[in-house]
Order: sequence, then structure tokens, then C-alpha cells
Amino acid sequence: MAYKYKLDCEILDTEKIIEGIYKFKIKAPEIAEIAKAGQFLEIQVSTTGETFLRRPISIYNIEKAEGTVEFIFQVKGKGTEILSTKKVGDIINVIGPLGNGAFTVKDYKKVAIIGGGIGTYPLYELAKELKGRAETTMYMGFRNKSLVTLEKEFEEVASNVVITTDDGSYKEKGYAINVLKEDCKKEKPDIIFACGPLPMLKAVQEFANSENIKCEMSLEERMGCGIGACVGCNVRIVTENPDEVKYNYVCQHGPVFNSKKVII
Amino acid sequence: MKTEIDFCGIKMKNPVTVASGTFGYGRGHSEFIDLNKLGAIITKGTSLKPKTGNKPPRICETDSGMMNCIGLENPGLDYFMEVDLPWLKKFDTPIIVNCFGGTEGTVEAYVEICKVLNTLPIDGVEINLSCPNVKAGCLAFGTTYEGVKEITTACRKVLTSKPLIVKLTPNVTDITLPAKGAEDAGADGISLINTLTAMKIDIEKRKPILSINTGGLSGPAIKPVAVRMVYQASHAVKIPVMGLGGIMNGDDAIEFMLAGAKCISMGSANLVDPESSIKAIAGIEDYMKRHNIEDINSIIGAVEMN
Repeated sequence: MAYKYKLDCEILDTEKIIEGIYKFKIKAPEIAEIAKAGQFLEIQVSTTGETFLRRPISIYNIEKAEGTVEFIFQVKGKGTEILSTKKVGDIINVIGPLGNGAFTVKDYKKVAIIGGGIGTYPLYELAKELKGRAETTMYMGFRNKSLVTLEKEFEEVASNVVITTDDGSYKEKGYAINVLKEDCKKEKPDIIFACGPLPMLKAVQEFANSENIKCEMSLEERMGCGIGACVGCNVRIVTENPDEVKYNYVCQHGPVFNSKKVII
Repeated sequence: MKTEIDFCGIKMKNPVTVASGTFGYGRGHSEFIDLNKLGAIITKGTSLKPKTGNKPPRICETDSGMMNCIGLENPGLDYFMEVDLPWLKKFDTPIIVNCFGGTEGTVEAYVEICKVLNTLPIDGVEINLSCPNVKAGCLAFGTTYEGVKEITTACRKVLTSKPLIVKLTPNVTDITLPAKGAEDAGADGISLINTLTAMKIDIEKRKPILSINTGGLSGPAIKPVAVRMVYQASHAVKIPVMGLGGIMNGDDAIEFMLAGAKCISMGSANLVDPESSIKAIAGIEDYMKRHNIEDINSIIGAVEMN
């Protein structure tokens, strides 16, 4: 049985969450059936030549019974701009679920999930699947109040939700990683899951590795095919000899990586 | 309706092959298409020893195409022989191994890998004299008549039992010169074009997007250049030409064949749509039906110039 599909999917719902950020729900029963938290989709945003490559976008929510998948994206360039103009009933071609490295969902005692900005969205399905299987604290960092999104949704699935803003315009002032570090002084989690901007991921990686806490990070890189053929989306991996440069591929080995195995 | 092609003695079910570097060793695409249906599979550029490519970012989109600077990263010939070749042999499709001279990029390095390839159960060898993203080899030979002739002669000597195809670069003033260099050295065929050297700048950061500043441009943006060069090369040499450069569908494939290509290769299209090669085969058959073409060989070079 195939475990990746290329499907024409109907858009069932679109929602502008805040300026420039959209949530789409698509009908994709085959993908929903097998998708895992942390995996992504390659979406063809145009069939008439405005864009060439597909756009890799993380899965936000999987509804197996309903046969639907949701994803959230920020308008960053031509491709996402075109995607944002799609309407309910439109058909988009989607390849998925992609990525062979997904988040490890199992029973834990205590779990920390940390996301920054739009990097919080790929963590929702994970938090949802861990509900009832672990005590989860969701650390969400945003630049300011106007960018805070999906607080209510995460409160429904995580045991605790901590929100920080860089400028203090909403909830705690500062970086989410600093709150996580403070909490870890009281009790270390079994694992940290992370997704977000590179500086945040670096800080999380450094902390988790130095404290010897297991950590899984979702990475991104400019991507070609999404199926391991073009090897465009490389990420450097840790090798025995530190001078040796060796790569893995975000689409094939990730997008979720063990923090001790990658150099970011 | 006959779609079979004999390219350099390689018997293909149809003229559609997949270009090196865009199809890996076939595994990713095998989840979407039946590899048995392809004319041939051309592997990722392979060197004797494993080779690490360039730093990220090494891929980006451009208008009507894309750029890459992968840098011929590959797991090496031993790995190919142990893991990918036995797997590829399960399919009833010719295997053409694209090879190059590793980080050294010397004539000797090309010869070394060709010696081993000559002994393997594969159907052909394509030597890469045209990658724009590596420091040694490839373009160092590929842009002149003499350079192509020198390295092809050396490879030909050891490649006694396999068809030898030379993959040419479009980064030249006159494509007929390297094409003749390959022919005069005894190559069985040539394939063209590889990517065009290009640059894309992030104007906000005032820096090139790709890590090594330049990369190879591919996709529909380069197709008209490729068609012109396939026409010129196929009229300059007697050995058969494999045409590639921005082919997205059956109509594009037909265009290259009319220009003089005996078979074609699809590259960037494999990244956009993993099924594009299979769709192109159907597109070619559709064209044949529409034009009452009994044998696909009859359209090779059949363009009527103004």
C-alpha cells in the first residue's frame, strides 16, 4: 500500500486567522488516514505557471473520521499569496503526508512543547494526540499581542498553556524558552518538542542537549520535490569526526529531528 | 503504434527517460509511478566515493523554473552497487548510470569509476561533463572540443561493454564543438542540455539566495535554449542525441524530438509532479494518434525549417 498520495483535494473551509495568516481545511481521506503529527504536505498553488515548485506546508490538524486535514500558512511570497486567494470549493493538488521523521507520540509523564510564531501550528496535532497520554505544557512565543494566535485551541488540548510576547504586550514578557528553562528547574520534562524560528530552535537545542533532555525539533529548509529525490533540503548532521560534513534531508529524514543529531 | 526507441543500443519502450539528479535512484518516485513504464532511468550523478554537496540553501524557485547548487552529493558507487542497483534491477527498465570524477574531478577519477561501471549489470553510462556546481571536473572539461574529447577518449578505452553517453553543458558559445568532441572520441550518444549557470539575489539581504552564489537554472525557462541546442547538435553529429531542458509534458517531448532528439529526459518536472514522466508518455501517444504516426522514430528531426 502506498503511504504517500498525490490527490486533488477540495477546499472545505478557509479562515483568515489574522492578517496574512490563513487556515485551510481540505478533503483528503487517504492522507488523513495515515498522517502523523509533524508531517507536511507539498501543495501545488498554481497550475498556470505563476509558480513552479510546490509549497511545503506543515499539517496543523488531522481528522481521520472526517477524512480532512487542516494546514495554516503565512503569506510570504508569490506562492502563498496565490494560495491565500483560493476559495471554498476550489481544488488544489496535494502530495502527502510527507516526511519520514514525525514527532514521537506515546505515553509520557511530562512533556514540554515549545513553538515560536507560525512554528506553533505544526505542534497542534502533536498536543492533541498527547492529550490524555501526558501532562503537556505548551509554550508559545510571539513577537507581540497582534500575532498571538490559536490560544483557545491549544488550551483545549494541552494541560497548560504559557504565552510570551517579546515586547510584553500580552501575557508574559520575553522569550518562551526562558519560561521553559525556569519550569525545568522545578521538574524536567521527559521530552521537549520544538518548532519555530532558527534562533529559538538553537536556544532550545542548546538547553535540551546540555540538560540531557530528549528533544525533537521540526526543521525547515528550501525544498524541491519533498520526496527525497532532489536532495535540495539538506541539514547538517552530527558526525563522529567534527570536521566531517554530512547531510540529511528535511523531507526524507525529517522534518522532525532529534536535537542531538543535527547541527543547525 | 510503435513507441520503442533504440538509443545507442539501449532498447527503450518509449523515448521518455528521467534526468540525473531529479529522480534520485528512483525510490521516492516509485511510490507514485510504475518504474517499469519508463524508457530508461538515469541515476543521480554518482562518484566512486561518497560525496558531500554544498551547504544549504541549495535550491530555489525562479520565474518558470528553478535553480539548484546541490553539488553532486551522492552516497558513492559501493552503496549504489549494494543497495540501489539490486533494487533497480527488479524493474524491466534500462538503467543508465550518470557518473563523474568525485571531488578530484580528474581524468583518472572518471576512468576509475568507468572501469567499475563497465562490469556492472547496467545498460549504459552517462558521463557528466556539465555540472556547474562543483569545483573540479565537469565544466573544466565540458566547454571545449579538446576537453570533451580528452576525457571521453579516456573513458571510452575502459568502457568497452557499455554504451557511453556524454552529457553536455549549454554554458558554451557553440554547442556543436563539445558535441563533436564527444563523437570524435567514440561516444555512442550525447545528452543535452544540463543547467544554465545562473544567479538569484535576495534584494532585502543584498545576497544571493543559493549558498555558493550561483546555481544551475532548469525548468521551462530554459526549454527554448535547449531546443535550439538539440537542433544544432543533432545536425552537427551522427551519434544520437538525448534531449532535455525544461520538458514538462508530451508536447514538449515531441518538440525536442522534432528538433532532432532520439529520446528525451525529464528533469525538474519530476520535482513538481512525480507522475510527470508517465503523463508525458501518454502525451506522446496522444500526439501520435492525433497525427496518425505509426512509429515514433519517424518524427525524429522531422522539423521543417522556415
